[in-house]
Order: sequence, then C-alpha cells, then structure tokens
Amino acid sequence: MSAAAHGVYSDVIRERWRKPRHRGEVPGANAVAEDVNPLCGDRVRMMLTVAPDGRIEAAGFIGDSCAICTASADVVADLVTGRSRADAAALEVADVLNVLQSEIRPTRMRCVTLPVSVLGQALNGSKRA
Amino acid sequence: MRLDEQTRPDFPILQRIVNGHPLVYLDSGASSQKPRSVIEAMNRYYERSHANVHRSIHTLGEEATELYELARDSVQRFIGAASREEVVFTRGTTDGLGLIAETIGRTLAKDDEIVVTELEHHSNLIPWQLVARDRGAHLKAVPVLADGTLDMAALDRLITRRTRVVAFAHVSNVLGTITPVAEIVRRARAVDAITVVDGAQAAPHLRLDMPSLGCDFYVFSAHKMLGPTGIGVMYGRRAVLDSLEPGRGGSEMIKEVWIDRAQWNDLPWRFEPGTPPIAEAVGLTAAIEYLEKVGMERVGEHEQALTRQTLEGFARTAGVTVYGPPASVDRGAVVAFAVEGLHPHDVAALLDAEGIAVRAGHHCAMPLMRRLGVVGTSRATFSVFNSPDEVSLLLAAVAGLRSAL
Ligand SMILES: Cc1ncc(COP(=O)(O)O)c(C=O)c1O
Repeated sequence: MSAAAHGVYSDVIRERWRKPRHRGEVPGANAVAEDVNPLCGDRVRMMLTVAPDGRIEAAGFIGDSCAICTASADVVADLVTGRSRADAAALEVADVLNVLQSEIRPTRMRCVTLPVSVLGQALNGSKRA
Repeated sequence: MRLDEQTRPDFPILQRIVNGHPLVYLDSGASSQKPRSVIEAMNRYYERSHANVHRSIHTLGEEATELYELARDSVQRFIGAASREEVVFTRGTTDGLGLIAETIGRTLAKDDEIVVTELEHHSNLIPWQLVARDRGAHLKAVPVLADGTLDMAALDRLITRRTRVVAFAHVSNVLGTITPVAEIVRRARAVDAITVVDGAQAAPHLRLDMPSLGCDFYVFSAHKMLGPTGIGVMYGRRAVLDSLEPGRGGSEMIKEVWIDRAQWNDLPWRFEPGTPPIAEAVGLTAAIEYLEKVGMERVGEHEQALTRQTLEGFARTAGVTVYGPPASVDRGAVVAFAVEGLHPHDVAALLDAEGIAVRAGHHCAMPLMRRLGVVGTSRATFSVFNSPDEVSLLLAAVAGLRSAL
C-alpha cells in the first residue's frame, strides 16, 4: 500500500502531513482567519503575528484537513514567515504547488488553495500596523 | 449462481482498468453504474423515436409519448402506487424535494412547524430551511441516537399540533439506518401533518410499497438505481396531490390559459411543467425492468450480505471505526468508516490508487457529521454488481492504509 501512496502524494506532502512544522496555536497572533472547503467540510485556521513594522514574525495553522490541505497550510506558514505583509499577500497558489512537488488533480485543487485564501483573509482582516 | 456472477457481464463499465487495477466501484450510493439494457434503450429511443411528448400529432411524437407514459406505469408497479396519477416525474430527488417544499410551503403560516431529522441529506433540509424562512415557520430536527437510529421518543415531543410537515429519509446515505416510515407516518398523521420521505437510498435497495408505508410523498432518483441521471420520481398520494395548487408553472401543466389566470391540467401532469426528461424515462423503465427481473428481495439480500461482510471485516481491522447500526440489524447498502490518523479524502485517494472507488467527505449531511463529531467519513456503498471478492479487496486495502501516509 505504501508503494501506492508514493504514487498518490509527493514525499513533501507525506512529510508535511506526518510532521507539520507550523501546526498549532500561535500565541499573540493578531491576524487570524478561518474558512471551510464546501466540497469536503475541511476547516483551516491561519494565525499570524504581524510586527508593528509589518513583518510577519510567526505563522501557524490548525484545522481538520486532509494531507494535501495540511501540507499546503504548512507550506503557506513557512513561506510567509519573515516576509513583509505585502510580500505575504502576494503569495500565489503556484508558489505553494512549487514546494509541494506533487501533481494535484482538479478535484483536490481546493485542498491546496484553501490555506492560501485563508491567508489572504487573515491579512485583509487584521489591522494595518 | 451468486447475483454478481449473473449481473457483472451486463455492466460494460466494469471492464475499466483504473490506475492499473480492475475497477472496484463502491460508490453506487452517489450514483450507480448502468446495465447495457439501460444504455441501449436510451440509444434506441434517440435513434428511432425521439420527439417531444404530449402535443405532437405525428408518429414519433406518439411513440415518444407512449414510451414516456410507459415509464410512469413501470414506476407505479415498482413502488406499488395505487394509480399512475400518483407518479410525477422530476429531475431527481433534490428537484422533487424542492418541488414539494415549494408547493406545501405556500400553504404554511407563521409559526407552523416542520419536523426533519438530524440524518437528512442537505437536499431534504435546505428546501425546508428556505420555506421556514419565507413563511416564518419553525424547523425542528429529530436527534440521531448513538446507535444510528432516530430518537423516537423525541419525535413524539417534536410533533405538536402546529406540525404541518414531517420530512425524513427512508435510508440514511451515511449511516445506512432504515427509518420506521410507517410508524413515523402514523404519528405525523395523528396531527394531520404531511409526510415527505426521501427514498433516494431506499429505492435501489428495498422493495417499495407505497400503501404500506402510508406516506404522502416519496421521492427518489433514477441514477442511484441503475437508471440515468436527470430524472427522478415524486410519488404523491392522490388525495394530497388533488388538494394542492401546483408549485411551479409552465407548459404541460395547464389546460387553458388566459393572461391573468389558468386552469390546471389533470394529475400527474399538473406537477410536470416543461418538456420532461423523455430519454431518461425510457432508461428508467429499462432500469426498473432490470431490477424486477432480478427481484428486489434478491437485490436487497445481496447488498445486505456485502454490507455485513464489510462491517464484520472492518470490526476486525485495527484502527477502523464504522458508523451506524450494527451488522446484526437490517440496514441500507452503506458503510461509512474512518481510518485512524487518516483524513477521509486521503483514504479515498489512496484506495483510488488501487482502483477502488469510494466516496469521502461530508456526504451532504453536515449536521449529521457534527453529531458524529467528524468533518467527514469515507463511505462504501454496494449495488447488484458488487462481489464478495471486491469487499475483500476493500478490506485488505483499508487494512494496509494506516502505514501508507
Ligand atoms: C438520501 C439522499 N437524499 C437526496 C440525495 C440527492 O439526490 P440527487 O442528487 O439525485 O438529487 C441523495 C444523493 O445524493 C441522497 O443520498
């Protein structure tokens, strides 16, 4: 079965699913948003700590989500940490796919895009420093 | 001969190789595959007889009308309806439930009550939410107990003198629970409430007999019972249909029209505005004939045996949780399950890599998911063409999943 799994998900997805680096609450987060994927009911909450100078000091996520969505959220958190808020807002799905290194079928694309859109909501909803 | 040995050659799609494996299709609960006779009947209709129905005074129009109306007779026989006027064609279960909700909705007043259950498919919940909102009515839900059955004591409390509608599924598309239709109908009738039964998962699996169920409305989709997409049935008890104004208007459902008013057509056409799904009706006739030839008792027994095999197999598999009533009781051909540490979508994707098609997600039953405390489940469903060997493949594949990711 594991052999089949290799064909289904990339090593990056499998690794990030097993050991996400950014899963968990972010104490003191000041930019937070949560949304669901209506297709499957998956739920992702992104939490960011944005410093007064607009730099993202910490990012994390929690959620009920599949391997692809979890890996995507983890990669999003990775990519935005240390960036300016403007840079983070410019993050695209392609950037995430680039890291995931996996062929994603159309039916699962929402699993990748959900964390990216939640990131956008978090950045929009938070007060500008 | 076992039923699947007899039926498998009739389903062309079972020849498919998926991801290097012979297709194991365990998603008939979402939509079943079609026997050749259904596909051929529809082709034959399009190649020989197609025209619009009812108003065409030419040979093809007459043939099309005859075939369309023949489908009504087939359905009447299949569900044991008292008359063909009680059989209304719709676009499917969702369409039928929406039509009923809109039609009954117009008769509701502020503070009237609609009772549904927690195990409803969104198709039997959202139309009632819309109606309740429009009319200022109240929506109440019968809870589901831990064993997957309805809380019948709560039902007694929820049905009051203000209850106008009781709408519920015959078979849960997640838990497989078979609800006590006749009993619920009896309690609803005591307060003169209209009963609406969502039979989407029951029609493919159980022998139906409308008079013994006693409900006012019963709806289902052809595509889950070996027939085509795009057509469904709304059975309505004659006395109730007679008492209702049509919920939707258009051609076909009228006798005479003036600019400011119209006279309605007779039953059942009064509830069928617009050009109906004619080829689909032809396909539905062929599907019913297929099921009748096998015999619904045999269909039910076969699917029940596969369901039991799956439940018993999963019970022996570490890390697998199943939902719904135990294997010992009668249930629909549905097994929802969870694999410890894996998300249902990943379960479905990993099984697909082995050619096994199961469904994953909330199954359009989010309130039920919430009650079960999960975001979703994986779900295997069975039809006449599934074999015990396929169940064994599923069980073996699922047993190997926990180490897969
Ligand atoms: C219990 C139940 N109700 C309603 C539906 C909706 O059926 P359809 O999509 O054919 O309208 C389904 C199937 O998806 C179902 O399982």
